[in-house]
Amino acid sequence: MNWPDAIYAQFRRVGIRQVGYVPDAGHSRLITLCQNDPAIADVVLTTEEEGVGLVAGAALGGQRAALLMQSSGVGNCINMFSLLRNCGFGCVVLVTMRGEFGEFNPWQVPMGSITEDVLKLAGFLTHRIDIADDVGEVVGAGCDMAFDGNLQVAILLSQRLIGRKQWTR
Amino acid sequence: MLDRRRFVADLLADRGDLLVVTGLGSATYDAAAAGDHPLNFYLWGAMGGALMIGLGLALARPDRRVTVITGDGDFLMGLGSLATVGVKQPNNLSVVVLDNGHYGETGMQASATQAGIDPVATALACRFKQACQVSRIEDAGAMRALLHSGEGPLLIHARIKSEDTPRVLPLRDGHAIKERFIAALKA
Repeated sequence: MNWPDAIYAQFRRVGIRQVGYVPDAGHSRLITLCQNDPAIADVVLTTEEEGVGLVAGAALGGQRAALLMQSSGVGNCINMFSLLRNCGFGCVVLVTMRGEFGEFNPWQVPMGSITEDVLKLAGFLTHRIDIADDVGEVVGAGCDMAFDGNLQVAILLSQRLIGRKQWTR
Repeated sequence: MLDRRRFVADLLADRGDLLVVTGLGSATYDAAAAGDHPLNFYLWGAMGGALMIGLGLALARPDRRVTVITGDGDFLMGLGSLATVGVKQPNNLSVVVLDNGHYGETGMQASATQAGIDPVATALACRFKQACQVSRIEDAGAMRALLHSGEGPLLIHARIKSEDTPRVLPLRDGHAIKERFIAALKA
């Protein structure tokens, strides 16, 4: 199983019903899988911080939600993350990393290099994955901790895992 | 121009099983003044997030009506979420913007609505099914009816007086507000 399918299988297992995202190339297959699933409401966001509200609203209504974003999007969420901590909303964020391994675009580096630290400061448990075979197990464990314990969990999918962005046409 | 307390009280009269999310500041106090209710999710922060909480809730519970009551400041900070709502077209979601043209909590600085930025036109541009402005208390009953049976997503732009109102402070513990809401919704 490739890694986006492994994430999707965990979404199915734990009953994710809403997925909010700002598109990222690394998440494109997972986004398509969610869009094609009638049990999942896919919500394209204008900015990642909207997803934090979406997660809270879903939980108030008895549904589990997950967020997909690129590392740059984490910075857009910081104040809104306070909603999750203040109220104890379980939340899983899957972050595709930019600005690290072999990054071509230096504009990605300032946010990419502080993404995990920012998440920790905001109260998230973080797991970083470099190997495709680890994805299913780690995402599954993260989802269980988030939804069983009303915790905030971020899973960083490293640029080495995703593959360096190809800039040649 | 509307008296905000009376208008919100009229909107929430005989509310039945309406689910309510309130934006931080005066909108939260107005809802509390109208009568504390376990199906009120009061925000004390997360500025700009009220409408998205309403969307997540409306998607999760298509069998229930969801109303977001918020101020012009929170609304303007979350303007992008109108587009997000417009894409999903939740027919059970309403948003009430209590607009006094000012940031009331911080010293009454002018907001963008005072310069003519128009919530009704913005909502319609974002494919809301309907949007209207209200400034007479006589119309509160019709607005209340919209919350209960109007086709959403819909927006009510309430022009309110910018006078100071006494603070009515509801629960402030986020965990307690959340757990109370979830329990009441399950009951």
